[in-house]
Amino acid sequence: MIMEQIELIVWTLVKIVAIVLPLIIVVAYFTYAERRVIGFMQGRMGPNRVGLFGFKLWGLAQPFADTVKLLLKEIIFPANANKFLFLMAPVITLATAFAAWAVVPFSDGLVLADINAGLVYILAMTSLGVYGVIIAGWASNSKYAILGALRSAAQIVSYEIAMGFALVGVLIASGSLNLTEIVHSQAGGIGQWFFIPLLPLFVIYFISGVAETNRAPFDVAEGESEIVAGFHVEYSGAAFALFFLGEYANMIMISALTAIMFLGGWYSPFTGDSWIAQPSILWFFLKTGFFMLLYLWFRATFPRFRYDQIMRLGWKIFIPITIAWIMVVAVLKVYHIGPWFS
Amino acid sequence: MKIFNYLKSLTLKELFKGMTVTGKYFFKRKFTIRYPEEKTPKSDRFRGLHALRRYENGEERCIACKLCEAVCPALAITIDSEQREDGSRRTTKYEIDLFKCIYCGFCEESCPVDSIVLTDIHEFHFESEGKNVLDKTQLLEIGDMREKEIAECRNNDAEYR
Repeated sequence: MIMEQIELIVWTLVKIVAIVLPLIIVVAYFTYAERRVIGFMQGRMGPNRVGLFGFKLWGLAQPFADTVKLLLKEIIFPANANKFLFLMAPVITLATAFAAWAVVPFSDGLVLADINAGLVYILAMTSLGVYGVIIAGWASNSKYAILGALRSAAQIVSYEIAMGFALVGVLIASGSLNLTEIVHSQAGGIGQWFFIPLLPLFVIYFISGVAETNRAPFDVAEGESEIVAGFHVEYSGAAFALFFLGEYANMIMISALTAIMFLGGWYSPFTGDSWIAQPSILWFFLKTGFFMLLYLWFRATFPRFRYDQIMRLGWKIFIPITIAWIMVVAVLKVYHIGPWFS
Repeated sequence: MKIFNYLKSLTLKELFKGMTVTGKYFFKRKFTIRYPEEKTPKSDRFRGLHALRRYENGEERCIACKLCEAVCPALAITIDSEQREDGSRRTTKYEIDLFKCIYCGFCEESCPVDSIVLTDIHEFHFESEGKNVLDKTQLLEIGDMREKEIAECRNNDAEYR
């Protein structure tokens, strides 16, 4: 009995490591890809120097150099900062960012926790991340940090609603809260994927995701020109690295979720019996990678929104459209209109 | 018409346009010069590190007229002179403080015998205090080392002077 329990715990821990370790490496290379891709789009080279053993390797060792640098640096505590909360904030951000990965199905059955309310769990975890931001801003005892945290929190909370509504559409279409079930209901080629009947929700979900992760063009929370770096202005060294890790893990998370909810997760866009039509984890990675690239592409293209424009977009445009489209989806579903709901 | 603008913005047309532009630039040729391996061409008139030249018979050109010392706007040059045994006037001390020097090239222009010149060396550094002051032997050494390049640059530029 006890042995079984121990075995279960050890086995779960192994699975967690198997998810988190590759995730951290992907985050590291995502930062590298970001600098490279944005550089290329701006007619520059990006980092191409740091290599291993005298080989340059297009700068592929850059993320490791950055990591070592950040970990070796001192964590500076601002005067009169609340030390406990100051250190807790990055941990909360990172923990929630990683915890959400527990229910992400990478392939059929390849999921750490196949819980029935996976969608709700994800919404809960991504929303909890905002506590890290608020606490970081408050504990820093800095006016820039508190302003950044307030902006960030207001923005995340606003877009959470549009995001939630967009997911309600997916929920209606698939009839399940379980992420594996959601992917299963999109089986059968590109025509069955939810992004066709739910096109406005698909677009709004991803844009809200960009806003939720405080990325360009919605990165007023760290607007360098006004409030230096926002809520993490006082952080340095390893604590800053945790924020960084959390932010990028969240970005990959949103990319993966968009792929699962709207682009059929691990299913191939082709139909038939050939090898290319087989469902595979590679399809999932490909789709996730596409959205990760979109994040970088957005950042290279769009100028930062003004704060009131962000609020207007979230409340006056996204929420009405999502509500309207939920009605449309409901009608389609009830009367079995179209190939998706027959 | 406002409603049309609203509907038009819903198609995200302008956003896609912007992304097309950045997307195109992604594949365009990059103009970055990978510096230590690749270098941009330098002008014959490039004003870099200083050097003192010699005549072909090995005699140093400088006659200690001190025109360069006088013209130097940053007072970077210090010269002491003495009569040599053969009766000619020569410098006993010729120092340039590279921290003071502004690399204006006036010393080179004022020199009646083309002795002090600015070479095209721009990659140099000092590793300890006081190394910023170049003395006469160092300057002559640089001149001996780069004489060929220095003469070539002066020759190329001569017809425009």
